[in-house]
Amino acid sequence: MKKVEAIIKPFKLDEVKKALGELNIEGMTVTEVKGFGRQKGHSEVYRGAEYMVDFLPKVKIEVVTSDEMTPKVVAAITGAAKTGKIGDGKIFIIPVDDGVRIRTSERGIDAL
Amino acid sequence: MSKLFSAFLICLSLATDALADGGVDTGDTAWVLVSTALVLLMTAPGLALFYSGMVRRKNVLGTLMQSFAVLCVVSIQWVLIGYSLAFGPDRLGLIGGFEFFGLNGVGQEPNPDYAATIPHQAFMLFQMMFAVITPALIAGAFAERMKFSAFLIFTLLWTTLVYDPVAHWVWGVGGWLRDFGAIDFAGGAVVHISSGAAALAAALVLGRRKGYMTEIMPPHNLPLTVIGAGLLWFGWFGFNAGSALGANGLAATAFLTTNTATAGAGLSWMAVEWLHRGKPTLLGLASGIVAGLVAITPAAGFVGPASSLLIGLAAGAICYVSVAIVKPLFGYDDSLDAFGIHGVGGIWGAVATGFFASTAINAAGAPGLFSGSGALLGKQLLAIGACFLYSFTITMVILKGLDMVMGLRVGKDEEMQGLDITQHSESGYSL
Repeated sequence: MKKVEAIIKPFKLDEVKKALGELNIEGMTVTEVKGFGRQKGHSEVYRGAEYMVDFLPKVKIEVVTSDEMTPKVVAAITGAAKTGKIGDGKIFIIPVDDGVRIRTSERGIDAL
Repeated sequence: MSKLFSAFLICLSLATDALADGGVDTGDTAWVLVSTALVLLMTAPGLALFYSGMVRRKNVLGTLMQSFAVLCVVSIQWVLIGYSLAFGPDRLGLIGGFEFFGLNGVGQEPNPDYAATIPHQAFMLFQMMFAVITPALIAGAFAERMKFSAFLIFTLLWTTLVYDPVAHWVWGVGGWLRDFGAIDFAGGAVVHISSGAAALAAALVLGRRKGYMTEIMPPHNLPLTVIGAGLLWFGWFGFNAGSALGANGLAATAFLTTNTATAGAGLSWMAVEWLHRGKPTLLGLASGIVAGLVAITPAAGFVGPASSLLIGLAAGAICYVSVAIVKPLFGYDDSLDAFGIHGVGGIWGAVATGFFASTAINAAGAPGLFSGSGALLGKQLLAIGACFLYSFTITMVILKGLDMVMGLRVGKDEEMQGLDITQHSESGYSL
């Protein structure tokens, strides 16, 4: 079991959700996050005072899936979230020990 | 028979006229009462929203609350002593006497000294809303760091010791600046120069916010600020056109000059910022709008539409320079630019009145420099200096005194946490 954690451009969320839906992924967690990578920030000007805004708004998607599905999930996210410009984001893949469905106490893959 | 009937009608209408208490004009009264409500709207929620959108989210409620609290405090102060000190019978040209204490003698009959066609109470109420907005404006200078308790006491003292006397000097019968011949249609000196000078004093006494010029302090909600600017513009028609104190041609002129100057100032701030910084900003447009409203205030009923456009165009550019260039040069933290827009814009408006005033627009005014007389300009300059210095000095004294007695600023930790939680135990946004 793996957790796929993708940080993407906010306006790409709907396309990524659709691509994951086509793989029959049944759940995901989405968070509004801020951060920076190579894109760095941008400057904002208020009444002539200029600020560097280092942290840009991004969306983080977390999907836990089986080992076999992981490459497909990664491919779906990459395909949907890519614009080819700097700032498209990153995907991290993390091993997951176990999972529990709270309602039924099912474990592991059955809990997904 | 019909002759008899019409004679009866004439008698009846004469009788009603006589009953219509001592010259009260219904149209004038309706307009002034509506204008009073419009000026209230400028403070709450107009100014409250304008300011609160510019602070950080942890201070949104504290900032909104300042405007609303001023509205309550000054409404009562004005009824008890404020109106009497400002508009009561003159003492030495400096202040009104206590004759109108608790609105004694301020009733439904007009007071011909000030407005012969509206109830004295209507005039008093209209003036009350000016007394309300003036201290509320100052709050922009010490936003995000003043203790609420100290703020309340400051508001009461400042209104009593600064606003009431200055209003008397300029508008009260027997007031020394009024007799001297300086003119101020709707409060350029009384409202904007006095609050602007106080704002500068407050920024200096309270000192900078923690992290000013090193941390990022962007406005947390510009849409609130823009709604506030729109309400200020709307309410300002009551402020300026209402200052004609009647539903008449002068009110229409003041309405027109107000709108024209404001439009010009919004565009000129936007254009100057575009040239200087490369982008036209919404905050810049909104700030220019307020700068134009401020600048046209003293001139609104004394100048024509072409002059008002020039006053507005200059106001946007002048206030942009004061806020974006002069302020960082000196490093004082006039957080929301109460001095930079109201002080500087008010001074420009009062000077401009000395240039552009024309007796062809308003016979009760005076001819300005461009009508061939330099005398008014000199009087305007003296009035500006007197109002500015008086307000600046007394504000300094009040704030230093309060600082010693109760402290003005919240503690460092409280400032970090924000006024909303530390002063009021509330949050503006629950997520």
